[in-house]
Amino acid sequence: MEKLSRRHFLKSSATVAGGMMISFHIPAQDPSQETMIGPVAPMTTSELNAWLTIDPDNTITIRVAQSEMGQGVLTALPMIIADELEADWRDVRAEHADVNRSIRQAGVYKRMLTGGSGAVRISRPYLQQAGAEAREKLIKAAAETWGVSPQECHADYGKVHHKATRRSVTYGEVAGLAAQLSVANVKIKSPEDFSLIGLPKPRLDTPEKVDGSAIFGMDVRLDNMAYAAVQHCPVLGGRVRSFRFNAIRNMPGVILAVRFDNGIAVVAETWWQANKAAKALPIQWTIGDEGKTHSETFRNEYLAALGTQGTSVLKQGETLPALEVSEKIIESDYLVPYLAHASMEPLNCTAHRTDEGLSLWLGTQDPESALNAASKLAGVAPEKVQLTNCLLGGGFGRRAHTDIVEEAVQIAMEIDRPVQLIWSREEDMRSGRYRPMAAMRFKAGFDLEKQVVAYTNHSVTHSILRDLGAPVDNGIDPTSVEGLSNMPYEFSPKSITHTIKNTHLSSYWWRSVGSSQNAFAMECFIDEMAEAATTDPILFRKQYLANRPDLLEVLEELRQKSDWNKRLPPGTARGVALHECFGTIAAQVAEVSVNNGKADVHRIVSVVNCGNLVNPAIAEAQIESGIIYGLSAALYGKITIEKGRVLEDNFDTYHVIQQSEVPIMETHWLLSGGDKWGGLGEPGLPCVAPAIVNALHKITKRRIRSLPISDYYLQRA
Amino acid sequence: MVRIKVNGEFHELEVELDTPLLWVLRDHLNLTGTKYGCGIAQCGACTVHLNGTPSRSCSIPVSGVLQVDIVTIEGLSSDKSHPVQKAWIKEDVPQCGYCQSGQIMAAVALLEKNQNPSDSDIDNAMTNICRCGTYTRIRKAIHSVANVSGSKT
Ligand code: FES
Ligand code: FES
Repeated sequence: MEKLSRRHFLKSSATVAGGMMISFHIPAQDPSQETMIGPVAPMTTSELNAWLTIDPDNTITIRVAQSEMGQGVLTALPMIIADELEADWRDVRAEHADVNRSIRQAGVYKRMLTGGSGAVRISRPYLQQAGAEAREKLIKAAAETWGVSPQECHADYGKVHHKATRRSVTYGEVAGLAAQLSVANVKIKSPEDFSLIGLPKPRLDTPEKVDGSAIFGMDVRLDNMAYAAVQHCPVLGGRVRSFRFNAIRNMPGVILAVRFDNGIAVVAETWWQANKAAKALPIQWTIGDEGKTHSETFRNEYLAALGTQGTSVLKQGETLPALEVSEKIIESDYLVPYLAHASMEPLNCTAHRTDEGLSLWLGTQDPESALNAASKLAGVAPEKVQLTNCLLGGGFGRRAHTDIVEEAVQIAMEIDRPVQLIWSREEDMRSGRYRPMAAMRFKAGFDLEKQVVAYTNHSVTHSILRDLGAPVDNGIDPTSVEGLSNMPYEFSPKSITHTIKNTHLSSYWWRSVGSSQNAFAMECFIDEMAEAATTDPILFRKQYLANRPDLLEVLEELRQKSDWNKRLPPGTARGVALHECFGTIAAQVAEVSVNNGKADVHRIVSVVNCGNLVNPAIAEAQIESGIIYGLSAALYGKITIEKGRVLEDNFDTYHVIQQSEVPIMETHWLLSGGDKWGGLGEPGLPCVAPAIVNALHKITKRRIRSLPISDYYLQRA
Repeated sequence: MVRIKVNGEFHELEVELDTPLLWVLRDHLNLTGTKYGCGIAQCGACTVHLNGTPSRSCSIPVSGVLQVDIVTIEGLSSDKSHPVQKAWIKEDVPQCGYCQSGQIMAAVALLEKNQNPSDSDIDNAMTNICRCGTYTRIRKAIHSVANVSGSKT
């Protein structure tokens, strides 16, 4: 039976500490070439630093501390290192960095969390440094071999050259010596010297993703492995009172049941058997007042809370007297629902408790938290927990949580075999940790000349940080007011207030976090303000962005690229939105029509300034990815609560868009260069909903102030 | 004991007859290229070919495929050389990649029936979900296969 030896993807190799680990490799680029990787003798591979090794055949393996969940880090981050390294890109392959090593070696991989669109934004400088340091070691090694000064040598395309004597040597030939040398005061390149950064290189992980050989967490196969499925309490916060294992004991394959506070896992020989038994298992629950809640009640409570004072986030001048003397005041309330992440790969984790320690296999955005949570639960020292970070079948924030790991470890403690726990899609969606629900009230006052003379905003939001037990004592969760508190428009006086309001559901990071709801509400209200001022929405925005030339430039470029002033067929309209998050400015125009009561999105034009690009092809895919994810949410996304239970539990009720609904997407880069390296995984998303909703208003003459759009039957005015 | 034919090979398995083909492939045969996304024939991640017809293996019991030629992503080619796989590589389609086995199997079946699908043919045949939003590149890749094979005739 093919098990651990499956294809070339799993490889046993010696770690620096001498222990064995399993790591995943993306083979060198040639897709036709099946790079069969056998066990490598430790002496043949040279480690130049924690980030990279070089084999005698010049193969360069670059370790990536962020997790590949589709955003292209297994290609983009190696490009940053390889550029400084002056590597021949064809020699480069990538693998996830070993979190166990980072924990043993004082955080050698620095930041291992994947989130906040931070892979390039945050790690770029130290990755450049790591590549440059390795290059200097290679040069020094070659120079020593030749008995010349390193200053006379240079590196290029995977070789060190000594021009004067026309000698050259491959990296593979000197890597062994280089690994023993040290260098100091190594300088990194400035952008004009980049040779690889900025090129649209194909992704290194693509070939493995077209033939089924890529290994996601759910694809891990170990000898003698059992499978587990779980039935959670349908009401979050509910507890197991009792259950009758006898009712399922004799079902095929069933091995045992493991009790958690909020559910029961059933272990069986195959996952189908486990899931069938888990679903059939009679469980009695203890459910409190959470079981009496409804979405409708939540909505009313959130809207009512808008009328309370809230905590002041930002206050400039006095808005009350300014509003009193305003010629005209507009006020609007906005509402957004909870949203599920619905990553394509349902959550799963494989765990094996052995005499030596604990081994975990999963795709996680936060391997350190996963490892630490497992260590604590199992009572195994962190150094003795091995975690293999597999490919992630989507993450969008959800895969940073450790809930699935904790359950897998609890199961592993009860059985002497490796166990793979998979949440069914239904469990994945119902036991989700959702994008927060929020309500927002905006008020703006205008004078006789239709100038803005006062602006207030109060948001009532389910706090992620409070769910995580982080202190939000001052009444403000900064992640809830992203985009609201730092809004770029110069309205004065202004007052931004906030109220934390949590329900029994649990919330979590969801692609673009606070910006996902705040950009919608704010950018729609800006359009309402533009209407009140009888000004074109782009002109209106520009009027209040005088001190932000970067935003003005993006808007102007968007006005041109989107054909903003060109006539459209009747029943079709354009809407605009602008937002800045994760160091990146993105503005979008959506072209929309209304058919059979529904919104039809034809085209989305984006203008993006993230400063610099590592890989334009991946960057464009990320913007499109954000748009599609945002489009699903804008059109259909909502989690509905009835009697405390989540109603949407699969793709038949939680709709996401399909091929036939995909608009034409045009992405234009307006790169300001310099030191700006903005994130790209999230900024494509926030403007989608407001741009569409603003366009719909032109067609229907009705304002949509809550999502999803599919809650409305749309009609041309 | 059931006997099924997958990628040209016969397998005899000890398995309950109501087990969906998907789980037979994944858990009994370790053919993990075929993915679980929803279990209710909504997402297409589990798409395989049954006698050439794209089918959602999560919703077909193994008892229904005993006399059937089953082809999974692993059976398309041994070296990523199927024209659709090549097009996927050329257009650099996948992001997370989890939906792509199913997308490719659906695209192969479409192109076998229709060598030059229009955009609306693609819309109708390609109902697989991709949460990463690789749809535009999928469309491009399908058209590029059509163009390559079109130029040969
Ligand atoms: S898993 Fe079969 S269609 Fe989704
Ligand atoms: S590539 Fe991630 S779901 Fe399609």
